[in-house]
Amino acid sequence: MVGIVGYGAHIPRHRIKVEEIAKVWGADAPSYKKGLMLTQKSVPSPDTDTITLSVTAARNALLRAGKVNPVEIGAIYIGSESHPYAVKPSGTVVAEAIGATPEIHCADFEFACKAGSEAMFVCLGLVKSGYVKYALAIGADTSQGAPGDALEYSASAGAAAFIMGSDNLLAEAVDTYAYMTDTPDFWRREYQFYPQHGGRFTGEPAYFKHVTGCAEGMMKKVGMKPSDFNYVVFHQPNGKFPMRVGKMLGFKKEQIEPGWLTPRLGNTYSGSSPIGLTATLDIAKPGDMILMVSYGSGAGSDGFVWKVTDRINEVRDKAVRTTKLLDENITFVDYGTYAKFRHKIRKND
Amino acid sequence: MFPARAHREYPHRYRLEAGQCKKCGKVVFPRRLICPVCGHREFGKVILPDTGKLVSYSVIRVAPSQFTDEAPYAIGIAELTNGVKLMAQVADCDVDNIKVGMDIRIEFRRIQTDGHHGVLSYGYKFVPKWY
Ligand SMILES: [Zn+2]
Repeated sequence: MVGIVGYGAHIPRHRIKVEEIAKVWGADAPSYKKGLMLTQKSVPSPDTDTITLSVTAARNALLRAGKVNPVEIGAIYIGSESHPYAVKPSGTVVAEAIGATPEIHCADFEFACKAGSEAMFVCLGLVKSGYVKYALAIGADTSQGAPGDALEYSASAGAAAFIMGSDNLLAEAVDTYAYMTDTPDFWRREYQFYPQHGGRFTGEPAYFKHVTGCAEGMMKKVGMKPSDFNYVVFHQPNGKFPMRVGKMLGFKKEQIEPGWLTPRLGNTYSGSSPIGLTATLDIAKPGDMILMVSYGSGAGSDGFVWKVTDRINEVRDKAVRTTKLLDENITFVDYGTYAKFRHKIRKND
Repeated sequence: MFPARAHREYPHRYRLEAGQCKKCGKVVFPRRLICPVCGHREFGKVILPDTGKLVSYSVIRVAPSQFTDEAPYAIGIAELTNGVKLMAQVADCDVDNIKVGMDIRIEFRRIQTDGHHGVLSYGYKFVPKWY
């Protein structure tokens, strides 16, 4: 039996409202809020990046993991589309910061918004095979949309970390599933600062096809139906898509809501469904079944069926809860501050 | 910062590793060779707690060139829950809202970027403790 031994999240404290972005570009805020079903997004401060978010999330995961000694972690994989270095894995710094070096395997993962769930998938496999005792999977991003582009209203920052192991589980990974095709809905070429996307092509043939394909395949593999799950967590590029795909698959709003954070967080890309899972674990009860389906443009989805164990009650408050990071102690910034924080203003070197 | 120097300082900058004198118990941060209290030369390793109180600070309005984008910012001294004092930047806090005695938490942040080409330096900063 393999699964999650510790989990943790981190979200920067700054937020920007849809109105503030719309004002600058002469766009209609109410229609963006309605269309994307989100009101605000998180903004990382200038000294915060995928590495720093990952370290804090990993430390929270270690708090919940309890007796795991960091040197027993045999693998670290960080999924992100905003790794600070083009060449030098983010995991090298994160492993050093949590004291997990030097006997540790490390690689950075990339697959648009599903890089974090890829890391989770591979970590579970390594633990199950017996190659490592514990493995640390992180999904983290400080994503950017081009100024004025629709993505600018949603691209946000956050991280979730999971320590996978085979004993002392707080959630068992009952099974996994993957669904992937070559679908050019979103991409970024080398040396380009901002990604490109296929406009309306990002919906039906991309997000909805892969998320439903993966969810249906996952449920068929374990012989379960939507009503067998207490909760479901989907990738959330905006507030609308996960609600719509949930309805298409036959899930109720109440099953989606605890992990549905995008309306007040934005799209944390590789962190999206992983952070949604942390918020769901924060309120789950022993025995609860959770379906998780990620999505990464390009395009593919990873599916997981989690069964929560008795240990959840002991560990959930060993670290800060995700909704506390999301809703408390937040500071709203104006567009000028946001542009400065995100290095959108070109200066002389 | 030169990569070699940054690398040498990882244990205290990344992991808050301090030395504890094996004779008198004094905790020194960063670690040193000789105990300032009793002169002993053997130390064990302890990890500092990540919370404490701000005991002093100074607001930097005219910053050195690599930090001009961050000005105004505060550099503070905090006393951690085990009595050890250390200095760091106070992040995520308007300089007008910083107060001596405020509770702080240590967070891992980017310290310097060394332009667009250099190595990134990471380490600890203080942030207001709110949970
Ligand atoms: Zn001494």
